[in-house]
Parts: sequence; C-alpha cells; structure tokens
Amino acid sequence: MSVTTKAAPPPLRRPAPKVASPHRGGLLRSAGRALPLTPAVVLLLLFLAGPIVYCAYIAFTDLQLTGQAHSSFVGFDNFREAFRDDAFLNAVWLTLVFTVLSSLVGQNTLGLALAALMQRASKPVRTLVGAVVITAWVLPEVVAGFLLYAFFRREGTLNAILDWLHLPSQNWMFTLPILAVSFANVWRGTAFSMLVYSAALNEIPKEITEAAEVDGAGGWRRMWHITLPMIRRSIGTNLMLNTLQTLSVFGLIWVMTRGGPGDRSQTLPLFMYEQAFQNSMIGYGTAVALLLLVVGSLFSLVYMRLLRTEV
Amino acid sequence: MPVRPTAAPVLLATLLVATTLTACGSGSGSDPDTVKVSFKQSTDNSVRVMDTYLGEMKKQFEKANPGKKVELVPIKAPDSEYYTKLQQMLRSPKTAPDLVYEDTFLINSDITSGYLKPLDPYLDKWSDWGQFIDTAKAAAKAQDGKTYGVPDGTDTRGLWFDKGVFAKAGLPADWQPKTWDDVLDAARTIKKKVPGATPLNVYTGKPAGEAATMQGFEMLLYGTGDGTADPLYDTASKKWVAGSQAFKDALTFVETVYKEKLGPDVTDALDPNFATSVRGDLLPGGKLGIDLDGSWLPQDWLKGSGHEWPAWSRKLGLAHMPTQHGQAPGKVSMSGGWTWSIPSKAGNPALAFEFIKTMQTKANAQKWYIANSGIAVRKDVAADPAYTQAQPGIKFFTDLVASTHYRPAYPAYPKVSTAIQEAMESVTTGDSSVDKAASTYDEELKSATDDQVTRK
Repeated sequence: MSVTTKAAPPPLRRPAPKVASPHRGGLLRSAGRALPLTPAVVLLLLFLAGPIVYCAYIAFTDLQLTGQAHSSFVGFDNFREAFRDDAFLNAVWLTLVFTVLSSLVGQNTLGLALAALMQRASKPVRTLVGAVVITAWVLPEVVAGFLLYAFFRREGTLNAILDWLHLPSQNWMFTLPILAVSFANVWRGTAFSMLVYSAALNEIPKEITEAAEVDGAGGWRRMWHITLPMIRRSIGTNLMLNTLQTLSVFGLIWVMTRGGPGDRSQTLPLFMYEQAFQNSMIGYGTAVALLLLVVGSLFSLVYMRLLRTEV
Repeated sequence: MPVRPTAAPVLLATLLVATTLTACGSGSGSDPDTVKVSFKQSTDNSVRVMDTYLGEMKKQFEKANPGKKVELVPIKAPDSEYYTKLQQMLRSPKTAPDLVYEDTFLINSDITSGYLKPLDPYLDKWSDWGQFIDTAKAAAKAQDGKTYGVPDGTDTRGLWFDKGVFAKAGLPADWQPKTWDDVLDAARTIKKKVPGATPLNVYTGKPAGEAATMQGFEMLLYGTGDGTADPLYDTASKKWVAGSQAFKDALTFVETVYKEKLGPDVTDALDPNFATSVRGDLLPGGKLGIDLDGSWLPQDWLKGSGHEWPAWSRKLGLAHMPTQHGQAPGKVSMSGGWTWSIPSKAGNPALAFEFIKTMQTKANAQKWYIANSGIAVRKDVAADPAYTQAQPGIKFFTDLVASTHYRPAYPAYPKVSTAIQEAMESVTTGDSSVDKAASTYDEELKSATDDQVTRK
C-alpha cells in the first residue's frame, strides 16, 4: 500500500513544544495538522484502497455474477485453478510476448530512434512527424482499434498495398493475431516514448557531444558511449510506464480480434474479462486480475533496479 | 517512516464504515407509483424498434392508470454486456428495476441466483396466460416448477437460400432438402457452378458466440436421433450428455463444410463481425447460396431500419432444416426468445405485472411480433390472418414452433456453449480431428458442469 503511505501526513519535526504535558499536546497538534489532509485520504481509501481490498477478498471466494445463490470462501482454489488452466498459462505467455514485442522492443526502440532522428531534423519535418505520431497517441483506444482492424483485415489497406506490390496477401488478424495487435500497440503508443526521449536528449549538454566529436567518435559510438548512459534513467522510467500501460491494454485487442481466433491473442486482461463477465466467474476473474498485478510488479522491480544504478 | 497514530485514521475508519453501510442499506427509494422498466436498446442507432414500441406502451399504460408512471431505463449494449450490466443491477435493491427484459438463455441462471420473483400468484389470476403455447411457457419455468417470466415472442431457425444463386446452379426455386446430405449436395453444386458465391454458411467458433452454438451446432445436433430425447442434457438424470455419436456427427458436418470449402473462408467465418456481413452484405448482395440462420433476419431489412431491402422476399427462399437422415419429424428448429420478468428486489412488483398485462393484450402483442419480426407464442395471434400475412416468412417460421427445441438453459449452459464453440472452431480450422475435438469437449464439459455428466 505505498499509495496510502505516500498520501499520509509526514510527521513534521519541529522544535519541541514547551507545554506541560508534551504527549497530549503533540497528539492534538498532529491531529490538527492532519485535518486538512483528511478529505484526500478519505477519498483515496474509499476509491482506491477500498476496491483493491474488496477485490483481493473476492479473489478468495467463488463469487459468481449469476447462477449461484450464495458464495463462499475457497482459500487459494482460484489460484490453484489458474495454474492448472492451460488457457491461463497461454494468456500469461501471450501477455509476455505482447509486452516484450510492443512495449520493450517496439515502442521503446522506435520512440528512441524517432527522438534521435528528430534532434537533427529541420523544424518543419520535426513538427510534421511529431504531429502524426502524437495523433495516433491521442486517439481513443477503441477508435485506434477500429482503424487498425481496417488496416489489417482481408480487404484492408495493408493487403491492398501488398497486392499492388504483387506480394501475397492474407488475413493478418487470423494468421498472426498477436503480431497484428502488437503492431497496433506500437503504432498507438510510440508517441509517449518519443516525447520522453526527446526531453531526455535535449538535456544532454552540447559540449559533451561536441568534445566526443572532436575526439573522433562516430555517430554509433557517441550513441553507445555517451547518449545511452546519460539517458539511462529516462530509459528506466519510460520502460516502466510503458510496460504497465501495455500490460493492461484491453480495448485495442478486444476491438481487433476479441482475443481470437481461438485464444491466439487472448492476453491476461481479455482472459480475465472472459472468465469474470462472460463465464460469470467473478471470483476466478479477480484472482487472475491479482496475478496480472503480480506480473506488473515483477516488471517494475526489474526496472527499479535498472533505475537505481547510478551513471 | 511509520505514520504516527492520530485522530485522523479513527475518523476515517468511522466514515468508511458509515458510507459502506449506507451503500448496502435497504430501501430502494423507488416511488410506489412508478414502474422502472429496463430493456436492451439496440447498439445500432438506426434500429429503434423496441424504443418506439415501449414508448407507445408507456402512453397507453399511463392513460389507463391515472397517477401511475412508467420510467424506461434503456441499457445500450451488445448481448453479452447487457447480461452483465443487468446482473449487476439486480444484485442490489438500490439499482434493481421493477421490470426487466431477460433472455431465456440466462433466465435459469438468474433464477438460481435469486434475482427474480416467481410470477405464479399473478399468472393464476390472469386469463390471457391460457393463450400462451406450452413450449413457450416452459421457457421461463425453473427447475423448481415455478414460472419466472412472460415470453414476448420467440424465434425459430431454418435455411435461407438465394433463388438467383440457385437458378445459376440449376437447383429448384422451391428447394426443400430431406437429409443433411441433400444440404451438402446442394452446396457442392453451387461451389461447382457458381464461382464467386459462398455456397453455405454455418456459424462457427468462439467469435460468433451463441450464434455458432444455436444457429450452427444445435440445429444439427437436435436433428440426430429420434427427435424426442435431448441430445445435450438428460432430463431424467439431470446430467449433461458426453461422448455421444450425435455430437460427433454434428461436428463432422461442420468439418465437411469447411474442409471442402463449402462454407465462407475460414478467416471470415471466425471474424467476430461476420454475422453483420451476412445480413448486411452477403445476402443482399446475392453472394451467399444457403444460410442456416434465424427468423429475425428481415428485421434488418425493414423500412426505416437503415439497411432497407424490401426485395428480399422475392430474392430469398426458405426451407426448413432437415433431420440427419430424414427421420421423423423430418425437420428441426431451435427456439429462444426473451421474457419480461420481475426482479426479486423490485419495489413495485404488482404494478410491474400490470405493465406486462398492458404489453400482452392480444392487440399489443401482435403489434410487437410484427414490429420486431418475432414469432407469436400466443395461440390467438398465431391464428390471426392479420399477423400471418403481415410479412413474408412469418407463417413459415411460426409453423416451425411445433417442431422446435429449447436449449437446456441451466446455469452451466453458457459454459457448455463456449465449450461447443471451441470444439467447432478446432474442426473448422482443421487444428484437430472430430474425435479429438469431441473428447476435448467431454473434458471441458466435466469442469463446466461440476462433473454432472453422463455418457451415452
């Protein structure tokens, strides 16, 4: 519960109060100081901690949306069930593939490349490219989903281009569904990485780059030995935010493939939705959601380590 | 650094408990003179059939019952999300409406959850109830023998065929297959003689959802055997049927359709939006030979629906789906439909039933069946020429009610249905053989029904 701790009032160290009963006075005083924060804390507890605690509780019951008169506490059954369930393991695997492909490799690298290229580009090119990339980012997820559905479908734009080039066309969302949705996520989310890296690259002092240039370092060497180490922290932050965002992508995949065909693009959020709301098994679905949270925190831990290493 | 205990946490806890308690508190707060009616609003903005009809009923009811009011609470969502939303509303007296529109697909599940009120005390005193046909009455009857809903019509299923495609293939305009093989043979002829047309559509796989199970698989499965025993659920032992030859035969039919390329391209068939293209593009465009589909299709082609196609009745023919080998009764159909039900947490159940009565006078029921291409479940309407002649095809589909089947819509059914879709999908794509798919289904069935399985 790092959130609540963060929001709670930090005990302020001030010169000790000169009153007869310091203990009682201190208590009153800190209560008084905490008072203005109360509404914020109440809201956080109510709308953030409350649902999370309730969710965690439900994950240990066999609660169903329908088809059941009473629910009961079942301990770790839902979690055991998940690890026995091939569909769940498949979803975990696909989630990893989707995250690595679209976030780590796609959005992150492409964002960095775009940012680096734009540093050198002329102003009109920079404005134009920036506008195009950011448009994809501000589009609502569902709209982006429909656009990419139209791009990949059998009579879609991609196949029209392939036909024109006399290359074989196919239904991409059927033959390579996880690649298609990963590409869609790259298309949609690259802008964020680009913005983060643009800001980071602008922070690098010109003198360092110039000095390296004078010493005869080529473009790649400067990138590898100077730029990358200097923006290391930004890479960590960007990877963490990107990954967490990608792990919870639902609308995009739902619109494009509904997790299909079969379950070949069914990532964890879609699997959870199917269990909780289509099969009505709220308890099981919530357990899966908690496991998704665990996957997210594992990724975060790795990045935190990366962040901690000082340059 | 640990947070020092202050008065704040105590205050917080109290507040939290207080708010939670209020949220869970009873007292629906509903006005005793208002009936709140929840229904499924079409996601297609151009389709306003139900809104228009309910608006008219509201006017009639308020006029006949001075001082009483009807509040319409539309839920705009696709089927599966409508159920979810509704079930969430039914859980609490604060959100439960007085009257809900329930799909017979899930009604037993909602009854088991205790969401609905038995209507028998009201039905006993309602003379019109005698006009409802028995199979329809059974659709909303729970395992406890009580009735939980008043059906507002039903649907049946059959074979739609394109007369233009048939003429080109040299097939008769009054086509009526006698066996499954006749259907496949006609499709093979179309494939050979009419290139460019899809010979036969059978919905399949998870993306098609319940359409794959009901319009596709069950239309085949219930045409096996002697037509009396339920091939999916054994009523006597209250167990689900596993390992049956009938199941494999139905799967073999699906496999044949897609293996011999008699059906739509597999990648199209598994597109979640395929049903929309069938109704909006393939059939009106003369690009589909035979379509195994429901009685409601013309609803999309009516005037003012946004996809007007008045010529359909001249361009399309209708045939009933035959049984496997032509055994009695010769034809097969599946039925579902929706009912009006009263939530157990409704504030004004009696008034809600009065509103059902208004909607189900003979005249109003008839108006509704015609407006939504529904099939009458009232004997007096079914016999009325004004109804049977209102639309081409109505008589054909109404006559099928005599030989129709209802799904075993018990709480496990939605999961069983998903297992069927997965089996269909794996033979459609060719990922597994019929035997393998059937044995996977048997496994799935065990876990979906808590091992309530019998082998046949």
